[in-house]
Amino acid sequence: MPQLETATFLPQLVWLLISFVILYVLMAKLALPRVAEVVDGRRKRLEHDLEEAARLKRETEKAIADYEQALAAARAKAQAIAGETRARISAEQAAVKARLEAEIAERTKAAEASILAAKQQALAALKSVAAEAASDVVARLSGTAPSNDAVEAAVAQALAKRSA
Amino acid sequence: MAAEQHSPLEQFKVKCIALCGDGGTLQAFSFTNASLFMVLSVVGAVLLMVYGMRQRSLVPGRLQSVAELSYEFVANMVRENVGPNGRQYFPFIFSLFIFVLMANMLGMVPYSFTVTSHIIVTFALAIVVFLGITAIAIARNGIHFFTHFMPAGVPMWLAPIIVPIEIISYLSRPISLSLRLCANMLAGHTTLKVFAGFVVSMIGMGGVLSASGILPLIMVTALTALEFLIAFLQAYVFAILTCLYLAEAVNMEHH
Repeated sequence: MPQLETATFLPQLVWLLISFVILYVLMAKLALPRVAEVVDGRRKRLEHDLEEAARLKRETEKAIADYEQALAAARAKAQAIAGETRARISAEQAAVKARLEAEIAERTKAAEASILAAKQQALAALKSVAAEAASDVVARLSGTAPSNDAVEAAVAQALAKRSA
Repeated sequence: MAAEQHSPLEQFKVKCIALCGDGGTLQAFSFTNASLFMVLSVVGAVLLMVYGMRQRSLVPGRLQSVAELSYEFVANMVRENVGPNGRQYFPFIFSLFIFVLMANMLGMVPYSFTVTSHIIVTFALAIVVFLGITAIAIARNGIHFFTHFMPAGVPMWLAPIIVPIEIISYLSRPISLSLRLCANMLAGHTTLKVFAGFVVSMIGMGGVLSASGILPLIMVTALTALEFLIAFLQAYVFAILTCLYLAEAVNMEHH
């Protein structure tokens, strides 16, 4: 069995020592620090990136909150302005309406007064025209001119009967 | 010569390549096939861990992934089994793991030599681990180290039985550590060679019987896959047992 040939022990041990010491030195001084650097660097970079993302998220949330606050303030202000304007406009409208109504009432009253006057004037004119016409008719028919008072009384009586 | 070539143990023979003595005899510094494969294991490990990491990419390529994976694998092993006290021994455990792994894997190449199939090599590694860890344990714990052989809570009258058992168990660690690795490699490679020999001899029988050579061929294929698993597993076992022994030495509780 080759494993038990004691003559091979010494050279095997010598070369095992040589190769293992070289391996250990290369691993401990060169390879492993390099791998550690890369692995740790990657982990740090990941952590940093995650932190950066969290920070940006916080900033975004803050910006959104600020925006919403500004929006709410602007909305409230707009509502206040609108309410104020509405109140002002309705007050103005009410004033204009009251003025117009007063004017209309005044004009109506004046118009009614002038209509009444015109009506009375017309009625008065009608009486005299009717009396004249009646006295003419009577004079033609009877040949005698009736007295003014009688004609007027008859006209007044006839008019009263008409309007009754 | 032909008969010797076919011996399943022929593959383990140590042959002088350079620096030989008179008539091909071996001297202390003689460079043999064993030396060659030790050097190749170192070259393989350096290729993986130094050449593989040459770009130091943030997003690793294939070889860099393997290098980082090996690093993380052993780093986690040391962290989980030894704890923070084991950090300074990580390069040694890593070298041990990668050396055994490379030697086992190179041994799977046909016509190659398996360094770890020689008890003298595995025993040398195991005795270095054993003596080193014992030295660390005594340096860290002083006289308290010897309470290891008398566990706390054991009645005094049991001491004459317990103490010798504990001492024998402790002293047998390097033997079990080295034999486990060596025997696994020896048995695995011998079995492969025996079944491969069956393939040749069954085909050589001629006629219909030649076809039956397929059976040991299937066997040898399956065994090769198993041997790759064992090659990795034994490197892992060697490293993790070293971690467990180290953990005992550096984390010994003081009462």
